Amino acid sequence: MFLRLVYESFRRQKRRKLLAGTAITLGVGVATAMIAVATDIGDKVSRELRTFGANIVVTPQDDSLDLQIAGIDLKPPSDGAYLNEADLPKIRGMFWHNNIVGFAPVLPVSVNVGEKNVALLGTYFSKRLTFGKEEFRTGVHAIYPWWKVSGAWPEDDSEDVLLGEKLATSLGLKTGDQIEVARQEHRVAGVLSTGGAEDDKIVAPLAVAQSTLGRPGAVRRLYVSAVTKPEDAFARRDPKSLRGPEFDRWYCSPYVQSIAYQLQEVIPHSHAEQIRQVAQNEGTVLTKIKGLMLLITLAALLAAALAVSAAMATAMFERRSEVGLMRALGAGSISVAAIFFAEALLLAVLGGSVGFAGGAVLARVIGRSIFDSQIGVDLVLFPIVIAIAVLVTFAGSALAIRRAVQFDPVYALRGEA
Amino acid sequence: MSSDLTPDLVTRRAQSPRRSMFLRMLVRAAVLRRGRAAAALLAMVVATAATTAMLNLYVDVQAKLHTEFRNYGANVVVVAKDGQSLPGDALQKIKFVLDGNGIAVPFAYVVARTANEQPVVVSGTDLDEVRKLDRWWSVTAWPAGAQDALVGVRAATLVAPEGQTFDLSFQGRKVRVNTGGILRTGSAEDSRVYLSLREFESWTGVQPSTIEIAASGSPEAVAAIVSKLALVLPEAEIRPVRQIMEGEARVLGKTRSTLLVCALLIIMTAALCMLSTLMGWVFDRRRDFAIMKALGASERLIGGFFVTEAAVLGAVGAIAGFGIGVAIAAWIGRVNFHAPVVPRFVVLPEVLAGGIAVALMAAVVPMFLLRRVQPATILRGE
Repeated sequence: MFLRLVYESFRRQKRRKLLAGTAITLGVGVATAMIAVATDIGDKVSRELRTFGANIVVTPQDDSLDLQIAGIDLKPPSDGAYLNEADLPKIRGMFWHNNIVGFAPVLPVSVNVGEKNVALLGTYFSKRLTFGKEEFRTGVHAIYPWWKVSGAWPEDDSEDVLLGEKLATSLGLKTGDQIEVARQEHRVAGVLSTGGAEDDKIVAPLAVAQSTLGRPGAVRRLYVSAVTKPEDAFARRDPKSLRGPEFDRWYCSPYVQSIAYQLQEVIPHSHAEQIRQVAQNEGTVLTKIKGLMLLITLAALLAAALAVSAAMATAMFERRSEVGLMRALGAGSISVAAIFFAEALLLAVLGGSVGFAGGAVLARVIGRSIFDSQIGVDLVLFPIVIAIAVLVTFAGSALAIRRAVQFDPVYALRGEA
Repeated sequence: MSSDLTPDLVTRRAQSPRRSMFLRMLVRAAVLRRGRAAAALLAMVVATAATTAMLNLYVDVQAKLHTEFRNYGANVVVVAKDGQSLPGDALQKIKFVLDGNGIAVPFAYVVARTANEQPVVVSGTDLDEVRKLDRWWSVTAWPAGAQDALVGVRAATLVAPEGQTFDLSFQGRKVRVNTGGILRTGSAEDSRVYLSLREFESWTGVQPSTIEIAASGSPEAVAAIVSKLALVLPEAEIRPVRQIMEGEARVLGKTRSTLLVCALLIIMTAALCMLSTLMGWVFDRRRDFAIMKALGASERLIGGFFVTEAAVLGAVGAIAGFGIGVAIAAWIGRVNFHAPVVPRFVVLPEVLAGGIAVALMAAVVPMFLLRRVQPATILRGE
């Protein structure tokens, strides 16, 4: 009888059930999508923040002082120590290698072009490297997205170079021309515009800079762009002072400090340091955006809960005469309430499931269209979302059911509510 | 005179009972069924509050995030051409162009020698302003006295490993400075020594060659400042820092699109739920509808009654919701950005119009359905 009552109620009152069900579906859908976006936004924004460039710099351990003014290196190339290019692919074998968006070694050389003294910067553009059996590409193309080239990016194993746009204007050269650098002819593959000091430089494949300098395999500095977790008090602790499990936890968190520490491990005789301008501000911006999304999600959840409650209350309120009839036929208030709660439960589970699926699709569409990557919905969320949906529907119907049960059946049946 | 008054009085007498009846019906309907009216009003308030909060945040979040991004430091750099110094009045001109919307800090550089003839880059600057411009600088202590220098962590190992006083010489002129604090940035600054500009100039006689500017505002505002600077300082080179500008634009753009999608979702859900609640409420009053019809009320009167009721409900709900929504936006601003979101009263008409429109829709749809039904059928309770 109980099951039949519930079944018939769904069969006969399609309009009302549809209205309440739609409210629940929508509420759960929006809640699911918002939770998925809010939990994933940190990762997504932190990848976007990588457009600010490298956040870690690796230098030789016993290097002499940099003599750099406004991006121009004044240090004689003979001075100071170098890193070994052969060590670079080992970065791929690091614990956090998946968080390394890219890296680019640099080797500044001072050369003469005609009468003029010009800075030449050797680096990787999009160099193919191998680590073990794995092949990957990395270079400035990946870590400095604001570098714009008119013409083409040179191949890393070619002798072609890029000319900074200001240098190209002052030399009167353009894409496709030949340029003589250190008694060697090079083709200008393209003109580079960065808005920084590189506009006055020649940017060449690393091998070209090394042969100009006469030091094969030498790298002056290595810039690394890594996705990191915002720094906290634990991140700032000195790894030497940490013991056992604490050290493991520090080592296995993608803090900028621990990634720098691991870079020092894989590259011998090196010193890795966070570039504070990029690394520190990343944390601030990320925290703000995450906080904003969290608060909005809370507001959205609250709005969805209230909306579902209101819809349920309305749906229940319409059924006073039904309650009156049941009571007149001798049903106790507990069995009446049980029927309505069972209906609410069924509605919440059905609407919630559809809403969850819809929300997952929505989150995926949002991720694809805004961030060009997936936003997945964890299935662990499903029981939680359904439980919340059930709770909210119960809360919404409870008051209306209570009042309907307490109401005198005679009045309810006469329609004098 | 009386002939003037009479027709007016007649129409007033003829209309007044109907008008008061209309008002009475509206008020009594709300008072007698206050439970249902309150539920409908609540749905209305929740929907408009969510809408207002999202609209306010969406408009304001850009300005808030721009402020956060200014922590990245300079987004425009003014450099003297060909390694010369900038004219003496350059800083005044820049501050005039900025008009308070940003910070401008001058930097002068020389390569000096330490006591044991090692080259080191020494910079003269306004340390108080640098502190505001480059907030990521990690400094043990900001120099207090005129003779105190801020020493980069790598430079410190060379010139003053124990934080002592050290000598610097430039073109034969010597200066003795104290280590006021150690600076750590992870970039070229680590290899430099920073002095106060006045001390630096009296020692070297070199004027600033670079002015770093953190201009606040939207990309358009910054672009306007750049073009104005190019006009007032033709002898210098004005470089927007593309690394900062492009990164900022990109992250901001993505955040705003996410926020917009969330706002649309929330507003849509709220509006739909409000619609369903209000429709339920109007549908539930089909008895009133039938009685009025049975007593001979015209379609227009009944329509007017329900529409007025919905409009009043919509307006009251929208205004209350607007107030709550503004409060929510302000709270989010205070908690997350430590600055309140300024209420935008510009969105009030839109919220009001939207609220009333949805309420009217909720009233009109059931009316349309009920119109074809005989009053007797409804009154019999079928």
